[in-house]
Amino acid sequence: MSAVPANAAAEPVLVVRDLAKSFGGVHAVQGVSFSVEAGQMLALIGPNGAGKTTCFNMLGGQLQPDRGAVLLSGKPITGLKPRVVWRLGVGRTFQITATFTSMTVRENVQMALISHERGLWNPFAPARARHVAEADALLAQVGMSEQADRACGVLAYGDLKRVELAVALANRPKLLLMDEPTAGMAPRERIELMALAARIAVERNIAVLFTEHDMDVVFAHADRVIVLDRGRLIAEGTAEEVRQDANVRAVYLGSGAASGGH
Amino acid sequence: MFDLILTQSLNGLASASSLFLVASGLSIIFGVTRIVNFAHGSLYMLGAYLAVTLVNALGPASGLGFWGGVLLAALLVGLVGLVIEVTVLRRIYQAPELFQLLATFGIVLMIQDIALASWGAEDRLGPRAPGFKSFVILFGNRFPTYELLLIAIGPVVLALLWLLFQKTRWGVLVRAATQDREMVGALGVNQRLLFTSVFAFGAGLAGLGGALQLPREAVTLHMDLAMISEAFVVVVVGGLGSVGGAYLAAVLIGILHAFGILIFPKITLVLVFLVMAVVLVIKPYGLLGRRPVGQTRGPTAEPLLTPADRATKLAGLVALLLLVIAPLVTPDYLLLTLTELVIFALFAASLHFMMGPGGMASFGHAAYFGLGAYGAALAVKWLGAPMEPALVFAPFLAGIAGLVFGWFCVRLSGVYLAMLTLAFAQIAWATAFQWVDLTGGDNGILGVWPSGWAVSKTAFYYLALMACGVAVLALRFAIFSPLGYALRAARDNPLRAEAIGIDVMRVQWVAFTVAAFAAGIAGALFAFFKGSVFPTYMAIPRSVDALLMVLLGGVQTVSGPIVGAFAYAGLSEQLTKLTMYWRFALGLAIVLLVVLFPRGLVGGFLALRERRLATEGA
Repeated sequence: MSAVPANAAAEPVLVVRDLAKSFGGVHAVQGVSFSVEAGQMLALIGPNGAGKTTCFNMLGGQLQPDRGAVLLSGKPITGLKPRVVWRLGVGRTFQITATFTSMTVRENVQMALISHERGLWNPFAPARARHVAEADALLAQVGMSEQADRACGVLAYGDLKRVELAVALANRPKLLLMDEPTAGMAPRERIELMALAARIAVERNIAVLFTEHDMDVVFAHADRVIVLDRGRLIAEGTAEEVRQDANVRAVYLGSGAASGGH
Repeated sequence: MFDLILTQSLNGLASASSLFLVASGLSIIFGVTRIVNFAHGSLYMLGAYLAVTLVNALGPASGLGFWGGVLLAALLVGLVGLVIEVTVLRRIYQAPELFQLLATFGIVLMIQDIALASWGAEDRLGPRAPGFKSFVILFGNRFPTYELLLIAIGPVVLALLWLLFQKTRWGVLVRAATQDREMVGALGVNQRLLFTSVFAFGAGLAGLGGALQLPREAVTLHMDLAMISEAFVVVVVGGLGSVGGAYLAAVLIGILHAFGILIFPKITLVLVFLVMAVVLVIKPYGLLGRRPVGQTRGPTAEPLLTPADRATKLAGLVALLLLVIAPLVTPDYLLLTLTELVIFALFAASLHFMMGPGGMASFGHAAYFGLGAYGAALAVKWLGAPMEPALVFAPFLAGIAGLVFGWFCVRLSGVYLAMLTLAFAQIAWATAFQWVDLTGGDNGILGVWPSGWAVSKTAFYYLALMACGVAVLALRFAIFSPLGYALRAARDNPLRAEAIGIDVMRVQWVAFTVAAFAAGIAGALFAFFKGSVFPTYMAIPRSVDALLMVLLGGVQTVSGPIVGAFAYAGLSEQLTKLTMYWRFALGLAIVLLVVLFPRGLVGGFLALRERRLATEGA
């Protein structure tokens, strides 16, 4: 590794060791290990069915791994429930956007803030009045201030992705998991959103792990790239190293293809 | 001992056959159309009544007359099913599940009065089947040959259904639609024809099940609800959409009944529903059922929930003021009606709390209303408590039941949750009905009168108004509190809710308990209002009353249940006065409402307002 971050002495935010999961006879993920450091953007790429989302769901607690360990700042979080993982400082966005459709954009963020401040069981004080300033600050950061009062159910897809990002940031995460953050967005929107995520990662010193299909996005924003194929890691390195890797070219980019989206 | 076990097993198998016929029809219909047909028990009853008439007309002594009559009855019921599908269900396939259930309950009410008008209130006895009137001696016991025939009919029908589904194009389509309805639609299959034929077929099976019961038991007007709750159990235990599962479960339930009567004669009903609860908790989709693919309607975009604006607040205040001054201007009999309405408004609001923001539709909310009522009555009868402590104690009984039942219920969702709530309500009902020493059984508990100061109609009205008013406002407040928001978050998107630290099950569990507690307050007041309690307080129709109030007002509005309670209770009271056939009228009204206003009254009004605003804006 040539590009060593400034705080090299600190342990990585996320360490994944020998993670594995099978569904019936299908070995979705088989012994994957990697790590992400604070302020770093790590892209997890691979063809469809490579096990990317399975991997994500094991990190976020949605799936129980068969074996292996997940460490957050050195502490094991393997197999903990999603809500526990979140409390320990992991924010995530989903491949298919997951927001609360009967609430406004601001209320979606407020909900996460209320939960973060452990105010869920408070039957007093209207929820709308809570953490308004903080919610608005987060929405400003993702560029959704103007739509704060709109219902999430009527938003455009790209805007929903931004709301999800704001929600994922509400618990001041150490680690941000983004599963295909730009899927379904127009090319210009993709670049914008990932630039935003990269900026936030640096500003807040958050470790970011994301999956992505669009190679332009990956090569533009990832500090490092890991490549998954049929449940195994086949390459790891900088964008350029991965681009040149013979294995990757063979199984992932196809024969002769260099870059470019699908 | 051995021969007893054997005869009881045979008895169980015989009663399983009709249950299987009804349940398999219900299951096939659900598999394809995703409609839980509450009226399936009514079709079964209709089959039995039609068979009485037809067999007698065709000549009960001849084999041709009897079996011809039975088959003709089944065919006619299939035809009735066809008419129901074309006139009602076809229009509401896109409506929320609950509205569909409700519409079919409207049909239950209509068929009840049609049967009453056509065949009278007295039980009808059918003729015995020619050729099957005798007994055989099995292990020293006399065993009717007709029972043996029924035992054979079950597996025969199962085999025929299997052949039908494996060997015919129609059967393949039915199976395909059961697995993935959207895919079948996308492949260009004529869905209308498929749905209509499936419904008619399922109805015919129910009719056959009813007609075959003729030689076994008297035909009564109570067959419908008795059968439907058992058929629900069978279908849910077996797995919705699975015919094999339905047979397995029907046999299980039939045998459970047969032995239950020997071992625990007092709690057979409880036993059946307990089995269902256990199965659902271990295998949430039933013994042979599978998690449905592509049929979950997904996160439907529920409308925004906003606090009342000025005009709405003002309207609420005016309504409250009117209620406060009502005793000064209204005659006594109207004051009684008003008291009842106020109590029902709380009952409806409590159901709305779990159903609207919580997304948990309960088909057994009457259990908690009834437990509140019984809590009060038992405190008076056995502890000699005066009204005040009894009113305080009673909601806790309902709340604790909500805590226990809710623990199971929040593990399920959708139709499965609705059916489990129904099962728990039936347990509560059966307990009140069968535990005669404690509850007085069918005779109920009398003499539950208010304290001296609250005896007058006006005083009790104010007591009810105050208690219900405070409780309704508290529920409303809770909806807009962080807890209410978390509840809505859990409903809107459980995946996201868990991913931001919300314990979805626990939030829903708390909401379930709160709803039960609030219903208990309403029930306790109702007990003192009527001066007595009966098991009917917990019966299915009372649960449906609450559902109707909430749906009439609109699920996704906060004021809806209150408007709905007043509209519904007012409507049904007027109907009972106007006509002897009020069930038919009410059922028709429900069906029309569901078809015309799928969003409820307040929801419909809001939609109208939105549309007007939209046109003004343009």
